[in-house]
Amino acid sequence: MTGLTARSVSTRKPPRRLSRDRLSVLLIAVGCVVLLLGGSILYPGFLKPGYILQQLQIASFLGIIATGAMLVILLGEIDLSVPWTITGTAIVVISASGSSNPVIASLAIPLGLCLGVAVGLLNAIGVAVFRVPAMVWTLAVNAMLLGAAVFYTGNSRPNGEVPWLATQVAIGRTFGIPNAFLVWLGVAVITVWVLKRTVYGNYLYALGNSRRAVFLAGAPVRLVIVATFVLAGMFSSFGAILLLGYTNQAYQGMGDPYLMPVISAVVIGGTSIQGGRGNYIGTFAGAIFITLLSSILSVMQMPAAARAVIFGAIILVMLLVHSLTGENEDTA
Amino acid sequence: MIWLRYNAKEGIAAIALAVLFAGYIAIHPRGFSTYVITIWSNQGALLGLAAIAQFFVVLVKGIDLSVGSIIALTNVAASFLLNGSPASIAFGILAVLAVGLACGLVNGIAVVYGRVQPIVTTLATGGIFGGIALLLRPTPGGSIDATMSDALTYAVAGIPVSAIILVIVLVVLRILLRRTASGPALYAVGSSEQSAYMTGLRVNRLKLIAYGSSGFIAALAGIYVSMVTLTGDPNIAPSYTLNSIAAVVLGGVALSGGVGSPIGAVIGALILKTISSLMFFSGLPPLAQPFFEGLILAIAIALGALGVFRVHSRLELYR
Repeated sequence: MTGLTARSVSTRKPPRRLSRDRLSVLLIAVGCVVLLLGGSILYPGFLKPGYILQQLQIASFLGIIATGAMLVILLGEIDLSVPWTITGTAIVVISASGSSNPVIASLAIPLGLCLGVAVGLLNAIGVAVFRVPAMVWTLAVNAMLLGAAVFYTGNSRPNGEVPWLATQVAIGRTFGIPNAFLVWLGVAVITVWVLKRTVYGNYLYALGNSRRAVFLAGAPVRLVIVATFVLAGMFSSFGAILLLGYTNQAYQGMGDPYLMPVISAVVIGGTSIQGGRGNYIGTFAGAIFITLLSSILSVMQMPAAARAVIFGAIILVMLLVHSLTGENEDTA
Repeated sequence: MIWLRYNAKEGIAAIALAVLFAGYIAIHPRGFSTYVITIWSNQGALLGLAAIAQFFVVLVKGIDLSVGSIIALTNVAASFLLNGSPASIAFGILAVLAVGLACGLVNGIAVVYGRVQPIVTTLATGGIFGGIALLLRPTPGGSIDATMSDALTYAVAGIPVSAIILVIVLVVLRILLRRTASGPALYAVGSSEQSAYMTGLRVNRLKLIAYGSSGFIAALAGIYVSMVTLTGDPNIAPSYTLNSIAAVVLGGVALSGGVGSPIGAVIGALILKTISSLMFFSGLPPLAQPFFEGLILAIAIALGALGVFRVHSRLELYR
């Protein structure tokens, strides 16, 4: 698909058309099974439905946030403002919900989503209007959000109440299946449909491949970029609200451990970091893989440092396997 | 005039730095003194070296999210190695530099031969390097030779040693980038890898050189962190990574590769440091400072991008 831009210097192998997307989904599914089997050797409880359902519940938070990140990455940009969008949303929701004014209290969740939309708009203005590289601009936005959060809370833990709905969706179960996972499945179905069947989805992939061609074709390039960043901000906030329901508290830096897993989930799921290629099933499996991996590492009672090393090494290996087995096109 | 046109971005950044620095001196309770300048210069040199490390990777169209982790790892390594007899210190410095070089080459090999995108490669290796640093030294500590630290962090004849070191590094790099065959070749690889390859440049080797240099300079930064703080701290990684990227952009280094200079990167780093020092003495409530720091950073970056409003055709905006 990137043939137009001819990024590669050395394409020695003839391109193999065995769908690269399917290959990466297969790869990561195998990875998940290996993790589960490996884990079950250490602890027999790993293959019990209870454990697996719990992991799916935790993966849902990561997966929903990764959905937004994937849209931005498909566009060929990146959103580094995820951590403090999460923290900011959690702070807004928890303090609005604890407000003595019943109107504000009932609007807590919409207010949280509004924050995500606002952050997305701010990101989009920098990227689409000022043409600042997304990597730098979203970083600056992240710094501003951090500053605003610190100022607002006085650098202490924000007090308030977690909305009932957030708790229900995050921890509750329907017929034994975690609600969070059901919500994530819903998000997944809609995302797949949007990506495959709508004009927006087509523009998104096309923009990731050649922005210039899409512009010349008369597509509303800026509108698509703005919409994508706004959606990404909203998904971050959505995930943050669920996370709030799960942890039942908001604290400074609660979003910080999410940036790397979110990007990793998207990328090991086969989405090209240069944009224009990837499918949502990969991201879905990627989020589950990352969750299983960190769960197993923590069950093995590794020190945090060793976990970081193993985590990084496994992701690097997955990426290497990916790029060396896949087509050579998208090396830059 | 031609020189100005070719270095417009560095020029604007330098003017911004001069204004900010004047403001900083005006606002600082102790005014212009060797003490104030030395502190400022030491802090600036740390981020300046990190920014140069970032510059080398960005020059060949990459991005290094592991710079901070390499600095943390070499800082921790230095806290084990930089004490004892002069001979063992000298050996320690070489060992630490080798660690940095190795980290950079690991990134380079994964990018060049593993064909993984730089941003995700360094995201993963950053976790690995940072984790190793944390394994070696779970809490900040260690001992650094105090005589050496004093010699490298104070001032000589009113000029901070850190500034002298930074100037020496910049001059050496300037010579290497302008007067050796590899220097301009790095710029060529960054601006068009395909053309560089067609011209017969050894693209893979050049990229490895860039990543290796980045790791080496990051190790210099790591050593200098241990000179300033006298400890090895595994937790310093994130701030250096993020600020080094912001610094290169402020200093006119294009993230699309092939444009910029180490001097620009250092100017960008000094701007960032001056902004945060300004905040410290500005009289703003301390809790509001992080917000304004972020705001000024965003404004500075957006101003740097104002060139987009001068384009003749909107087509130029889309590559």
